[in-house]
Amino acid sequence: MLRGRLPGRGRSALLRPAAPTRCYEGVTLLDELEARSIAILREAYFRVSPLAMLWSMGKDSTALLWLVRKAFLGSVPFPVVLLDTEMELPEVYAFRDELARAWNLDVRNELCPPETSSDQTLPPATRAAARKTAGLRALIAREKLRGVIVGIRRDEQSTRAKERVFSPRLPDGAWDVKHQPAELWDVYHTDVADGQHVRIHPLLDWTEVDVWRYTQREEIPIVPLYLARDGKRYRSLGEKNITVPIDSNAATIDEIIAELETTRQPERAGRVMDHESEDAFERLRTGGYM
Amino acid sequence: MNQLRVVAVGHVDHGKSTLIGRLLHETGNLPDGKVAELRAISERRGVAFEWSFVLDALQSERDQAVTIDTTRIWMRTPQRDIVLIDAPGHKEFLRNMVTGASDADAALLLVDANEGVGEQTRRHAQLLELIGVPRVVVAINKMDRVGYDAGRYTAIRAEMEALLERAGASATAFVPTCAREGENVALSGSPHMPFYDGPSVLEALLALPERREAGGEALRIAVQGVVRRDLQRIVVGRIEAGELAAGREILISPARRRARVAALHVWPEREKVTARAGESVGFTLEGPFFVDRGDVISDTWHAPALATSFRARLLWLGARPLRAGDAYRMRFGTRTANVEVTEVERVIDIEFLDRGTSGFARTNDVADVVFSSPQTLPLDGVDEYPGLARFILLDGLDIVAGGTILAPLGPNVSNDLVRVHHLLDADARAGRIGHRGAVLWFTGLPAAGKSTIAMQIERRLFERNCNAYVLDGDNVRAGLNSDLGFTPADRHENIRRVGEVAALFADSGTIAITAFISPYRADRAAARRAAGEAFHEIYIKADAQTCERRDPKGHYRKARAGALPDFTGITGDYEEPQTPELVVDTSLLSIEAAVEAVLAYVEERVIAPARRHAASWP
Repeated sequence: MLRGRLPGRGRSALLRPAAPTRCYEGVTLLDELEARSIAILREAYFRVSPLAMLWSMGKDSTALLWLVRKAFLGSVPFPVVLLDTEMELPEVYAFRDELARAWNLDVRNELCPPETSSDQTLPPATRAAARKTAGLRALIAREKLRGVIVGIRRDEQSTRAKERVFSPRLPDGAWDVKHQPAELWDVYHTDVADGQHVRIHPLLDWTEVDVWRYTQREEIPIVPLYLARDGKRYRSLGEKNITVPIDSNAATIDEIIAELETTRQPERAGRVMDHESEDAFERLRTGGYM
Repeated sequence: MNQLRVVAVGHVDHGKSTLIGRLLHETGNLPDGKVAELRAISERRGVAFEWSFVLDALQSERDQAVTIDTTRIWMRTPQRDIVLIDAPGHKEFLRNMVTGASDADAALLLVDANEGVGEQTRRHAQLLELIGVPRVVVAINKMDRVGYDAGRYTAIRAEMEALLERAGASATAFVPTCAREGENVALSGSPHMPFYDGPSVLEALLALPERREAGGEALRIAVQGVVRRDLQRIVVGRIEAGELAAGREILISPARRRARVAALHVWPEREKVTARAGESVGFTLEGPFFVDRGDVISDTWHAPALATSFRARLLWLGARPLRAGDAYRMRFGTRTANVEVTEVERVIDIEFLDRGTSGFARTNDVADVVFSSPQTLPLDGVDEYPGLARFILLDGLDIVAGGTILAPLGPNVSNDLVRVHHLLDADARAGRIGHRGAVLWFTGLPAAGKSTIAMQIERRLFERNCNAYVLDGDNVRAGLNSDLGFTPADRHENIRRVGEVAALFADSGTIAITAFISPYRADRAAARRAAGEAFHEIYIKADAQTCERRDPKGHYRKARAGALPDFTGITGDYEEPQTPELVVDTSLLSIEAAVEAVLAYVEERVIAPARRHAASWP
């Protein structure tokens, strides 16, 4: 995550034009991002089956779930899955149950294998995170999934910045980052070889602040842990054993947006695994992590 | 000001990643601790401090000091947010370079002042036009290596100007830089280069005008699919151009059917009557129209051309050469079509010396190619509707080319071949005749009873003052389809024509009854598309043993003797209807009972609705 800004200057205008191919008056960057993500979700749905979406209950995948409902006029036409390590914070589980009821979601809980099944050469926190890779692999194998929708963004982390929107995986789920196929314009290659799957990343072009502005505009529910209490809040929501809150007084989304305008700290500063070694996250992702 | 996406391109090692890293640093866009982290990483590798490590995040990239795959980084300035897209300059990673560039509004093209214009400089310059990024800022980098020589700058600038002009692009600025030291990167006015009084790289990027891609004004939507909600069939897709509005008449291509937009649908539900280019929309159509993924929705006054052949310009990424006769799948809009290379017209040499007709293209060549397709395709040229003219070619699961459709070719080309309006509509015809037109599509195994029942239905409807006519297999083959044999392609074409003719009969107000085995679901679906809501699939069902026992024409006997290859029911497959409107099982019912069952259905579904409609007239 390499996002910052010129110190001490005003914030740029919110109104911005559409993507290169479609410019027109009065359309915000959020409108453009939304339209593109909806188009990607529809391509995924009409071209890839069986399909599932990962939902961690974080701000990104919850905003994505909202976009799915927009794309399919209110319904979510595929299962949403939590890769559960039983280490999420209690507020996160409560949020899942509440939203699943309110939005009538087909939520599946995929219990991840214990840490002993992860690559033991990985640093400790990364090894803990790798449980989700193993859980995802089991889910894909059992459900014979050909597509998995994931709410990652390019600005979160520098290896995610190299992702494709439709990202084909090797049979074991691994990401062959050195041999990614071309992805041209929005003509997506959606075909999948038998026994393999494609990751679909509809939020790749969104930034952290875009997600917050959209969450605010659309009034999308969030886990309250994102909002500061007693000078602390979670900027990035992970499992309790490997994530720490940051110092912050941002108690509303408005204040979070204002904080992001001035911060020079990366979004995932509170994720222990990102800082264990130079290549920890790359190893995690090439192994099949989200 | 608006967000701008800029791709950095140029020959390998000319300093793209370094320039971007430095730009981020100078504008305060690196997070706290990043520079210290990169310094530690550089020391660990025993190399001088590398700005490029900001972007080259992969271990293999850092180990080899080369960008492998494209990446993106967000940069904020007080004037404008810029998304910087770093693209590899190594020839081997050209697919990644075009991947990055295809998402950009403008390009930053770097040239090493010492090495001068390199092979990939030329190639990238040439590709910018193909990809659709004609606006360029040129940085002539590593000026320190040539002693900040003004003459060297001027010479490279002249060479680049000529190169870009030939490539159909143009540069708004030529900035001499030393990226490693930050000269003319964010701030202009390097003391080493008094000969230059133009903008810095950042200033040149900020000065780029908003991009507005030239394009047609008419509506274009490539249909992604149909979402069912309650009883509605909501067509979904993204508007490429033009405007969609409730109540407006549109045209569906390639079928060239007119329809009217009933309503736009959004969630959460609210009133919405118009939508503009760029929006992802959902809408319903009035009346019995069948729309499917791959169809193009347009205004009635300017539709895409229909053609089976077209000229395209492409970047060939395949390992084997591209040659005439090769067959691929092409994806454009939301359509996937089988295409064959008719001719590789010319390879455009990177030195812009036309090689003439070379007959084939090699890896990384840009070539003009004529394609043909067995299907009639709705086609728009890149000048008018670039979003629908961009394609990828697939060889199996591999992407072997990306390119743009330049122009449709051949006698079928017509942007304005639009159905002429009848001055009568279906209601008027039904009012006179007493019923609406319909297609009763009988399908089933040989000897299931299709022809027998069809002929009886025709007579019974006639006696009831209805207009009815049977299209029978042998009769049609004797005339309309006398040019067709029994190859799989000819069988499909036979059914396709019958479907179209039946739809015309139905449109004229007649109840057309077809009696064809029509074993394939895809063919029956096409016939349903042709006739829309007037189509009624009636499955004349009988088990294979019963049919073979009846065998009125002796076909089963011949097939058993091997005289009829691919005889449906014995050696050929019959795909049962999944959701026919009516099933009549003749192994359980007598012919008389079967006829009554069909008549009851026609009475209820075809005749009665028109009566009710007529009765409601004032």
